[in-house]
Amino acid sequence: MRALVVDDSRSVRIILSKALREAGFDVSEAEDGRQALSVLYQGGNFDLMLLDWNMPVMNGYEVVCAIRANPLLANLRIMMVTTETCINKVRDALDAGANEYLMKPFTKELLLDKMAIMGFVEN
Amino acid sequence: MNDFDYKYICDMVRNESAIVLGEGKEYLVQARMQALVSREKLGSIDDLVSGLRKDPSGALSRKVVHAMTTNETSFFRDSHPFESLRKHVIPEIMDRKSGQRKINIWCAAASTGQEPFSIMMIIHEYFPELLNWDLYFLATDLSTDVLDRARDGLYNQFEVNRGLPASMLVKYFSKDGNGWRINSDIRDRIDFREMNLVQRWPAIPRFDLIFIRNVLIYFDMETKLGILRKIKSHLDPATGYVAFGAAESVLNVTDHFSRVTFDRSTYYRNAA
Repeated sequence: MRALVVDDSRSVRIILSKALREAGFDVSEAEDGRQALSVLYQGGNFDLMLLDWNMPVMNGYEVVCAIRANPLLANLRIMMVTTETCINKVRDALDAGANEYLMKPFTKELLLDKMAIMGFVEN
Repeated sequence: MNDFDYKYICDMVRNESAIVLGEGKEYLVQARMQALVSREKLGSIDDLVSGLRKDPSGALSRKVVHAMTTNETSFFRDSHPFESLRKHVIPEIMDRKSGQRKINIWCAAASTGQEPFSIMMIIHEYFPELLNWDLYFLATDLSTDVLDRARDGLYNQFEVNRGLPASMLVKYFSKDGNGWRINSDIRDRIDFREMNLVQRWPAIPRFDLIFIRNVLIYFDMETKLGILRKIKSHLDPATGYVAFGAAESVLNVTDHFSRVTFDRSTYYRNAA
């Protein structure tokens, strides 16, 4: 299984990547939305993307919209991992095509719990 | 915590709730009493026990029992029983009760409400026609404090981040300050009531579905058998299903029930 971690905070990328590697994922990282799309367009068949909302250059919501407009990326599952906790933001992300939503601050347990909901790990 | 304090607290909890804190629970008692000492701004566990000895039936003793009997809970905890509920148990009960169009559900250790609300969300999401049936949903707990929280239906971000699919969060909750409040159409369908399983049970109907998870493990064998006998008598013999905790098999305790395995969870029915 391959995962792409997208967050402009290096420390958050480190935490998320470590948790994913421990769960058996092969992990790549990107620090903004445009870089994330570039990684995806280069191929590699990612299964899961953990995606921040507020990032420079291109934000997470725009990334979700771009991915869902591309049929070649239809199988990619997206979890927003963000400080945005307004209910309208959660709804917007899901409506745009995000599959799950984890609000920061989070713990490894909460991350794995959301991944279990998505069927990536055992509960 | 010294041995005398430990024994005093264990005896008090046992007298008040029939919950047995035997050997090996020292860490649990220590952790929960330490948290209570902090909340109550007491100096130490010694001070706490001194206070209990002075007023054994006062507010502090209720807080100790509450601290020792409140179980960890989360939305859709352990997930598999809820998946089986949706795929097998509720459809089967509905099939059998389609003539009467009446269904009774009971969560017997409702705690702060996540379990009954999870079941109600499943009903809203997958079986909305049940809302037009004669649906009675009872949720009970020993502790009034946790029931007050359940009735309030307000959860913090950590609680809604845990176990709850985001699609259900936006559908069944609204933001309330920094918290998230369950919608009233979910909350108001549930009758939250205080009930001590080891005391005389109030007049309650027969149920088609009983959730009593992670409770029996705390009781001694005699108390457990007494509760299981009463559960059997309050379970609809034709349609009733019981869910115990994943680690609680009752087959080696009583022959009142037979096991039904669905996918990755186990439910029980009245034995023939």
